[in-house]
Amino acid sequence: MKDLTFETLIAVFEEIFGRGLFWTMVAVAAVVTVAYLYVLIRDRHLSARKFLAAQLFMPIGAIAAVLFVQWVTHSGFGDIGGPVDWIVLLGVAGMGAVGIAILVYTVQALIAGKSPKAAE
Amino acid sequence: MSDMQDFRPSRRGFLGLAGGAAALGLAAPAPARAQAIATKAKIVILGAGAAGAGMANRLVERLDGAEITLVDGRKQHWYQPGFTLIASGLKPASYSVSGTGDWLPKGVKWVEEYAANIDPEGQVITTAGGEKLPYDYLILATGLTLDWASIEGFSLDQVGQNGIGAVYAGPDYAAATWRAMDEFTSKGGVGLFGRPATEMKCAGAPLKYTFITDDYLRRKGTREASQIIYAANNATLFSVPVVNEKVKLLFGDRGFDTRWNHILTGIDAEAKTAHYKIPEQRVLNPDGTVTVTPEKTTAIAYDFTNVIPPQRAPQVVRESGLSWADKWVDQGWIEVDQGSLRHLRYPNVFGVGDINGVPKGKTAASVKWQIPVVEDHLVAEIAGREGTAVYNGYTSCPMITKIGRAMLVEFDYKNNLTPSFPGVIAPLEELWISWLMKEIALKPTYNAMLRGKA
Repeated sequence: MKDLTFETLIAVFEEIFGRGLFWTMVAVAAVVTVAYLYVLIRDRHLSARKFLAAQLFMPIGAIAAVLFVQWVTHSGFGDIGGPVDWIVLLGVAGMGAVGIAILVYTVQALIAGKSPKAAE
Repeated sequence: MSDMQDFRPSRRGFLGLAGGAAALGLAAPAPARAQAIATKAKIVILGAGAAGAGMANRLVERLDGAEITLVDGRKQHWYQPGFTLIASGLKPASYSVSGTGDWLPKGVKWVEEYAANIDPEGQVITTAGGEKLPYDYLILATGLTLDWASIEGFSLDQVGQNGIGAVYAGPDYAAATWRAMDEFTSKGGVGLFGRPATEMKCAGAPLKYTFITDDYLRRKGTREASQIIYAANNATLFSVPVVNEKVKLLFGDRGFDTRWNHILTGIDAEAKTAHYKIPEQRVLNPDGTVTVTPEKTTAIAYDFTNVIPPQRAPQVVRESGLSWADKWVDQGWIEVDQGSLRHLRYPNVFGVGDINGVPKGKTAASVKWQIPVVEDHLVAEIAGREGTAVYNGYTSCPMITKIGRAMLVEFDYKNNLTPSFPGVIAPLEELWISWLMKEIALKPTYNAMLRGKA
């Protein structure tokens, strides 16, 4: 990869998802990330209870991410042809799982509001 | 964790980009960026397609003060690797269409006319409008012409009706082909495919479209009641032996009926029949005698067919005296050295892309590898040095075998497979990841090539 420029990467993303969807996703990801950092800093600790709930959502995120990628690429599970395809699929699932965990944790923390440490 | 969140889209994108890189051959040897060389050289590039635009973008970076002129009457730029996707109903016709001018760098002149005459002795190009363009160096990037007229009874206005398709003819014709294919696969019948006997751009495309049509028949439940016939122009399906064997296996697996040595000569749209010539066959017997089967003609009835015509150098090139005199005489590809892509009789003439008279290399991926080679030799010549870059025949073909799967086939002049990701992406395996590359990452990578990046 000689010229893997940021500009080229953006072009690839726009191609994958369509310009509107891509930038919407970027905006959503940015908002969620900022919110997550906000609640971490605000609460000064990671709540085990909220984290457990977030983990319960991980399978849903994993499945949703895989179905989404298949939908945008006109393909399905029947197209998996070799080990590298399973690795790609698991990678997509893993990213979906982590993504939703962060989202669920953040949403819980925002709804619960700032909790005193005794509430743990 | 938040880092992971941010990383998610980029990683997926990177995979895709890496894929596109493979397909377009980004591993090409790139000359080191040096200080731009000051020159007053007049460089004319005939053709402003993928090869011409990519070449112009590289040369403006490397040369300072050169007078670079592109000659091309076509206002639209066509992303040709997208035609198969359009004809498969996955992308609209607009997917492949942009403007020629969108890709040209500042500091070059674009003459929006076709060339009418090339005089390599007098070193001058005459345009259709009569403008004379003298040059010090000429780069031929004209692409090729599709000789529709040589298919008797066929005309492009038939495309989209009566089961006639023509994927190669352009974005709108590819979309019309999809309408005909969609209608055919809903009902079933005889699907007839094949390729011309000349050299052609992306020799995998006729095979891809056969596979895709088969896939739609299966998805719609009409495959049982259908027949797929592939009329090969000679005794092979693909010029690279190892790929040929693999495709033969897949054809067997899919139940295609392959006919050998069939050269398409005509189409009877009313009768839905294709006419073929089968050239004279000579077989050497074990006792030393030769059995000769004389040339004959045959006809095959179809319900849907994808017409691909013979492909030749444009008339203006064939009349220029730059073509090979003893090879491809009916096609007129230019006489260049296979390694340097420099003309063998006129050293100030180079070729990039489909026009080159070399055994492989009529794909966008090949252009990606050819551009740096011509750039190296031309810039070295101007700087008074000797160029060293060599084109090895690299050609790449993401061979779609169904919607959702493809084989990433990459090879060189010697028919070696040249996989970009050895040990990771197997070249002769039907994989989802190879499909993702074809569908997603190829176009942005192609666009980067046009801009002289990547």
